[in-house]
Amino acid sequence: MARSRRAKNEVNAGSMADIAFLLLIFFLMTTTIASDKGLAISLPPKPDPNEPPPDVKFNERNIFKVAINSADNMAVEDERLDDISTLKNEAMEFILNFGNPNAEAQAFFNTLVPELKAMSKHDPNSSEFPTKPAVISFKTDRGTSYEKYINVLDELQGAFYEIYAKQLGVSVDKVREEMEPTLREKYNELKKFIPMNISIAEPTKIGGN
Amino acid sequence: MSKFKKKTSTSQEIPTSALPDIIFMLLFFFMVTTVMRENDLLVEQNIPKAEQLRKMQKKTLVSYIYIGKPKDTNKYGTEPRIQVNDVLIQPDDVIQFVNQEKDKLSEAERDQITMAMKVDTEAKMGIVSDVQQGLRDANALKVLYTSLKESEMDNL
Repeated sequence: MARSRRAKNEVNAGSMADIAFLLLIFFLMTTTIASDKGLAISLPPKPDPNEPPPDVKFNERNIFKVAINSADNMAVEDERLDDISTLKNEAMEFILNFGNPNAEAQAFFNTLVPELKAMSKHDPNSSEFPTKPAVISFKTDRGTSYEKYINVLDELQGAFYEIYAKQLGVSVDKVREEMEPTLREKYNELKKFIPMNISIAEPTKIGGN
Repeated sequence: MSKFKKKTSTSQEIPTSALPDIIFMLLFFFMVTTVMRENDLLVEQNIPKAEQLRKMQKKTLVSYIYIGKPKDTNKYGTEPRIQVNDVLIQPDDVIQFVNQEKDKLSEAERDQITMAMKVDTEAKMGIVSDVQQGLRDANALKVLYTSLKESEMDNL
């Protein structure tokens, strides 16, 4: 104990920093700044009263109809569907059907990755090509529960994100999160050909208040 | 090395006694600023789960609308209600609320306003649709249905 001879009356405070650091890191980790994540949609703009609604002629084959009634039963293309897990696939097949593509859509079709090409059935009764006028129509009732609505909307959006992810060769999570500029550019280009056309109709008034 | 050794008569220790204070300041700063703003919820919130979640781009542009069954059922009844800030409102008041929120933003950002809807799973689409109608009228077209990741079982 040679040191004790010239020991100063000081507490070794160096490790205090470590303790404080631990506390700091603990608080940094535990305070989840209320993670605000969710399904993003954009509402259609308010119709202009001076302008009549655009008279769009939708061919029946270009509409993928999803409806939920007030008892939370779902109908897809006028047929009852209880198993929600198959909805995503059906939606993807609809989007990628390419039943009657125009020249531009055909050119785009040729650039698809093989996996997506394989999903294309060229069914004459399904969509012609993914850009307008093909649209997914999603109708609910005022009595439909919000949970069911979110679940179905989740699947429908998932169908689009999965297509985007497969075509870009990245994970689905990556498509939804921030992307690096080069990928973002590709993504925007892709969205021109496969826009996320989910039309959420005003609910019917059969059930609920 | 011997060249430098001459100078070492002075203590080379850096005084570290002030370091804890600095770190503590940081700690307090974080403790104070992370406001866990859970503005008193008057409605029940059982947020649905989903997979295709997207993060909010800019926090300042976000306003919250809560929908759910009132907690105080004696006072407000059992039907789902809409809460903004700290009050329950009627669907017609949504426009006014949006305009208030828009006034807080700068001119350029007003159209970017995002409405985060925190809706209870039990709520019906009727009330949600009424609110959305109000949002459309107020020209706040970006909506985020706040949901939890499928794996996160506990609700906020």
